Order: sequence, then structure tokens, then C-alpha cells
Amino acid sequence: MSDKGALLEKLKGIVIDGIIEDSEGATKEALGQGVEPLEIVEKGLVPGIEEAGARFSRGDYFLPELVASAEAMQTAMAVLDPLLRAKQEARKTLGHVLLGTVEGDIHSIGKNIVGALLQAAGFVVTDLGANVAVGTFVAKARELRPNIIGMSALLTTTMVKQQQTIEALAKEGLRSGLKVMVGGAPVTGDWAKKIGADDFAEDAVAAVAVAKRLVGA
Amino acid sequence: MAHQKIVPIELKLQTRLFSPDDLKRFHLAALEIMEEVGVSMPSHKALDILAGAGATVDRQKMVAKLPRSLVEKALKAAPKRYTLGARDPGNSLDLDGKHSYLSTDGCGIETYDLWTGERRLSTKQDIEDSARLADSLPQIAFYWGPMVSAQDVPAKTRPLHELQAAFTGTAKHVQPETIITEEIAKYAVDMAAVVAGGYEELRRRPLLSVMQCAMDPLGQDGGSLEASLVAAEHGLPTGFMPMPMSCATGPATLAGNLVVTTIDALAPLVLMQTAYPGSPFFFAAAPTAIDLRLGSYTGGGPEDYLLAAGFQEICAYYGIPLSMGTMATGAKVPDWQAAVDNVFSTLASVLTTVAMMTGAGMLNGSKIMSFQQIVMDCEIYEIARRFAAGIEVNDETLAVKVIKEVGIGGNYLAHKHTRAHMREIWRPTVVDRSPLQVWEDSGRAGAFEKATEIARRTLKDYQTEPLAPEVQRELDEIIRKAEKTIRD
Ligand code: B1M
Repeated sequence: MSDKGALLEKLKGIVIDGIIEDSEGATKEALGQGVEPLEIVEKGLVPGIEEAGARFSRGDYFLPELVASAEAMQTAMAVLDPLLRAKQEARKTLGHVLLGTVEGDIHSIGKNIVGALLQAAGFVVTDLGANVAVGTFVAKARELRPNIIGMSALLTTTMVKQQQTIEALAKEGLRSGLKVMVGGAPVTGDWAKKIGADDFAEDAVAAVAVAKRLVGA
Repeated sequence: MAHQKIVPIELKLQTRLFSPDDLKRFHLAALEIMEEVGVSMPSHKALDILAGAGATVDRQKMVAKLPRSLVEKALKAAPKRYTLGARDPGNSLDLDGKHSYLSTDGCGIETYDLWTGERRLSTKQDIEDSARLADSLPQIAFYWGPMVSAQDVPAKTRPLHELQAAFTGTAKHVQPETIITEEIAKYAVDMAAVVAGGYEELRRRPLLSVMQCAMDPLGQDGGSLEASLVAAEHGLPTGFMPMPMSCATGPATLAGNLVVTTIDALAPLVLMQTAYPGSPFFFAAAPTAIDLRLGSYTGGGPEDYLLAAGFQEICAYYGIPLSMGTMATGAKVPDWQAAVDNVFSTLASVLTTVAMMTGAGMLNGSKIMSFQQIVMDCEIYEIARRFAAGIEVNDETLAVKVIKEVGIGGNYLAHKHTRAHMREIWRPTVVDRSPLQVWEDSGRAGAFEKATEIARRTLKDYQTEPLAPEVQRELDEIIRKAEKTIRD
């Protein structure tokens, strides 16, 4: 195997094994050896995360292992994204998901899991964190132009923020072409319909299927 | 239907998990982390109090580092024993380390309708109804939660509506976990004072206490801290409930989870005892482990039972009463899984002498309320109560004289000794012991059907000692005022 091949193989292994602390170094090493950023993504990181996702689907991997793989990939992407942007190159993805837990709500575990699984399935995820204001969702939607906005709400008192965000997106003229997915313990299909979301998912595995359907993948 | 006095568990049987050295290590680990890393307390009020007492405070990050001396001083100030009052003075709770009390579970979002069986969104009426059922059941010592959220009233005053429904439904002690802003807390105290007959009376006989959720790991919610400061100012007991989920918000190892649990229950004690030395304070907890496939909250499992037993020992080391998340099965209906979860969980709490167990009546990881489950959980409690009482050994109970009298091959059925003691033998309320034929003829009515009958009969016939009409009017008035002053 060529040096380049070995470096890509190493990166793939780092993602599969979720060795977050080695990911940045290995990425820089590959760049230093002249490997193209896009090639690192498509021949190193993506095959790695796909394998981790496959292991999770087969039941060989538990959730913490999958989340570690997603984080190892994210760490590498933090190095590569600016380079890709500078070269105006884009990696092949299923789409871009802007994710967050709504305002007044700090429950984050479910959202994090949804984010990890979406990444493992091939989406790019921008996680705005928890307690995200309506205005922040709107501003980020305008700035980043995602394919999907995903909102998590765990409290019956904060579900209404999903509705308010959808209304605000419409008012700002950002709703068309943008898909909205909602979820969280009290969220149901009826609620999603009522507030004009495109769909809802009951758990993270369903969230991946829904997201794929929403982008026509 | 008659009012019955609450029946606490008197603890005789006990188990131990940790050695004195283990307990010391938990304490030292918690001290080290609180001092070096600190805890997030996103409230300037809270940080002012701690900074004034010698904590190192980072205003940008809203983090307080708590020196060991401050923690130990606070622990000394906290009372080891106190009483939770109730509207009905005969039903107060003695938190003395010798009794265990059960409450309802809380904050569900759906209800299995008692009349139609359908699963639907929860309402204010569900709170009053579940409080009334709790009032009728001697096993339920206090009303925690509220059991469900009143989703048919405006969100901004919802906690106050819920409190009103709880006070209306039960004359027992009430402990909400929904008083999470300073503003709401002031109104809640006003309401409790109206029910108690004044602020001084409320302080003397706190019929309301306040529990908050912690923000694990190593943090609290700012609004909750400020709400608790209001409560403590009026002499109401306060407590904070960490629920680290191993692998997600807590370490995978159970001992590590307990370190996080200890810190997130203890750091607020430091705040409250610094602000109001000697104010009644309790620890609370519901530590657990995620489901490794789904990442979900499980509502049961051996880790939960061990964590409950282990944390109670840590609380006993500190001498502070614990309110432990108990029962609260992950099962979706009252089935075999519900029984397994709730029996193990009750035993873990009872056999380690937990003071307060929260609580009965919820399914699907504290998300769906079931009136039948409340009744059936009370039966689990009854069995545990009998179990915890142990076996008394003395001349009368050894019954040597009686055994000699009956002799070889006789029987004890009609003996005086039997009639003197037979009522000590436990009798079921919903557990089914009917003969097979009778059971088949009854349409196979088991525990669930019996519980349905009891719950329906109670909600039709049982009257809680009512609040005076002028008290109800004042509660309405407070809520109206809150509706006007609190912003959306
Ligand atoms: C975008 O598309 C999608 C698609 C799918 C999506 C999605 C988005 N988001 C989620 N999904 C779906 O996929 C995920 C993975 O399968 C799933 O996500 P979940 O989040 O459902 O599942 C997670 C993997 C695991 N589940 C969880 O993490 C939630 C578990 C329970 C027990 C829970 C926890 C752990 C916590 N809590 Co809170 N908490 C409860 C929860 C009860 C329960 N059984 O759900 C609930 C939701 N909490 C409740 C309450 C009351 C509160 N909590 C609070 C705080 C907390 C903790 C901080 C202690 C902790 C959260 C820790 C954290 N960092 O996230 C407070 C709220 C603070 C705030 N402002 O947000 C506080 C208000 C308590 C207080 N008095 O302070 C109740 C809500 C009642 C109501 N009326 O809404 C509650 C039902 C528990 C209860 N019965 O008391 C799906 O829903």
C-alpha cells in the first residue's frame, strides 16, 4: 500500500474506533503528505463513519461507540472544512441539518444522539446546542441555508417554540425549500402536523429515515 | 369513604453496600472536584452568596469553586432531622432516619383515562383527581410532582394552577418540582401561606417543600436556584435532584456516577446553608444508566437499584434525608415489567432506609400516569412495609408454650395464640388469590381490574377535607394576579 493509502486507512480506523484525540493529528499528517482534503474525506473519513454506522445497525456497536466515531469525524472535519471552502470544493453528503433544542429547554441527550446518527448516515450536522432562541434558528438558517432544520423539545411548555420557529421562518421567507423535522418526548405526529412541520421522528433511528425521506435520498 | 392516617415504613431490615472507607472516598472525590473544577450556578444571586462566603467565582462562566472548608461548614449547618407539615396536621412526615415515606411520581405528560382507558394529554383535573386518590390511600404520605402537567391551562401560570389542584385534591404534604423561577416561587409561597393560615404558620408547619432538578454533570439551573432561595427564606424545605445517566451525563462506572450525583445534590446544599444556615434541606436523586442501544432513559434496571441503595448510604454518611426516585417503571402499561421494576426499586430504597420515595403511579419512564398503577404501587409498598418490619423474636413470638400444647401433628387454627396474632399476617388488596374457577367466572379479574374498581369508587365517593371557600377564592386571586404580572 502507498503511503497515502496507509494514511487514509489510518484515518478510517481512527473514525471506526472513535479515537477522537488522534483525529486532528492524523488529518494534519495526511495534509502534510500532500493528500487532498476531499480525498481525506471521501476515502478516509466517510468509509470510516459508514462502517461505524453499519456496525451500529447490525447491533455490534453501542451508542457511545457510534457517538465517538461521529466526534472523531467532526474533529477531522474542523480541520478540513475551511480548506474545502477555500477551494470551493464540497464533499458529497446527503444534506445539511441544522439541529438544536428549543428555547427554555436544556434537554440535550436525545438531540445529541439524533445528531450522531445523522452524521453517521452521511448528513452534515450543525448542532446549535440546547436552549436555542427562535431568532437564532432563523439567523442560522439564513446564514447556512441548511436542507433541514431539526428541533428537539422535551417539555410540554417548550414544544410551542417549535411552532414559533416555524412561523418565524415563514415570516422571514426562509420556509420554502427548507424542511422542518421535530422530535422529543412529548412530540407526536399530530403535533408536527398541527404546527406545519414536515415530519416528526419518535427516536433517533427513525430520525435518520425521516431525514433521508425529506431530502429525497 | 373514611380518611385514613398515613402508614410509614418502620425500618428494621437493612442492607449495606459500602465500607466506611468507601464512603470517605466518595466524599473526598466530591470535595476535590467541587474545589478544583467547581459547579455551574447560572444565577448572580447564588454566586454573590457563595463569593461572599469564600468561594472562587467566575462570572463569565457562572461557575463557583467551593472550598472544602465551606462545604464542611454547610454540612454542619444542615439539620439532620425535621418534619414536613401537612394541611392535615395528623399526616406530617417525620424525617428522622427511621421512617420511609412514599409519594406519587410526578410531571407526566399523558394520562391513561380511568373511564375510557385511552391515552390522552394530561389536564388540571387529572392533578386534582390523582391528588384525591393519593389522599385516600394511607400508603401515599405526600403528593409529589404534580403527577402530570396541566396542559389545559396557560403555560406561564401552569405551576400555580397545578399547586392549586394539588392543595384542593389532598390535605397531605405537597412537594412540586415545577417551581423553577423566582417569580413563580413567590406566588407559590403566597398560595401555601394562604392554605397554611399565614406565613408564620407555614414556617412552623411547612406543608409545601420544593424539589429541583440538577443539570448534571456539575451544574444547576439558575431559575431553580433562585426559586429555592425564595422557598428557604420562608422556611420551606428544599432539595435538588441529580439524575446522571451513566454513559451520557455521568461516567459509565456506577461509583463515578455516584460522585456526580453527590456533587449535584451537595453543591446546592452549600448554597442554601450559606444563605439560610439551618434551613431544612434534603438530598434527592434518580441516577440511572442509558440504554446502550437507544441512549434512552430506562426507568429500571439493576444499575438503578444499586445507585439508589448506594446513594442512600452516602446520604446517611452525611446525615441528610434523601428523596429517591423509586418505582417509576419504564413499562408502557401496568404489566410484568412494571412489577419487576417497581419491586426491585422499592426494595433498594427501603432496605437502605431512604426517607422519601418518589413515587407511585407512572409508566413509560415517568411520562404516562395511570390511576391503576398508583393503587398497585401502593400494594408493592405494603408488601415492602411488611418485609422491612422484619421478624420480632421474644417469648410470645417464639411460641414455645403454644407449640408444646399443640404437640405433634396437631393444628393451630383455633388456638388463642393464633387469634391473638393472625391480624399481623398481611392481606392483599389487589393481589389475586381467588380460586381458579372463581377467577374465570369473574371474567379473569386480576390486580388491574381490582385497582380499576378501587380507583373508580374512590374518585366517585371519596371527599378530601375541603379547602375553605375563602381560601379557594384567595388562591384564584393569586393566580389571576400572576397571570397579569408574569410576562409570556
Ligand atoms: C429534530 O428531530 C428530532 C427527531 C427525534 C428526536 C429529536 C429531534 N429529539 C429527540 N428525539 C427522539 O430521539 C431521541 C433518541 O431516541 C429521543 O430523545 P429523548 O430525549 O426523548 O431520549 C433521550 C435519548 C433520553 N431521555 C432523556 O434524556 C430525558 C429523560 C428524562 C428523565 C429527563 C432528563 C434526563 C432530564 N431532565 Co427532564 N427529563 C425528562 C425525561 C423523562 C423521559 N422519560 O423522557 C422530562 C422530559 N423532564 C421533565 C421536567 C419537568 C424537567 N426536566 C428538567 C431537567 C432535566 C435534567 C437536566 C435533569 C435531565 C436532562 C439532561 C440533559 N443534558 O439532557 C427540568 C427542565 C429544565 C429545562 N429548562 O429544560 C424539569 C422542568 C425539572 C425541573 N423541575 O427542573 C419532565 C417533563 C414534563 C413536562 N410537562 O413536559 C420529564 C417527562 C420527566 C418527568 N416526568 O419529570 C427521542 O425523543
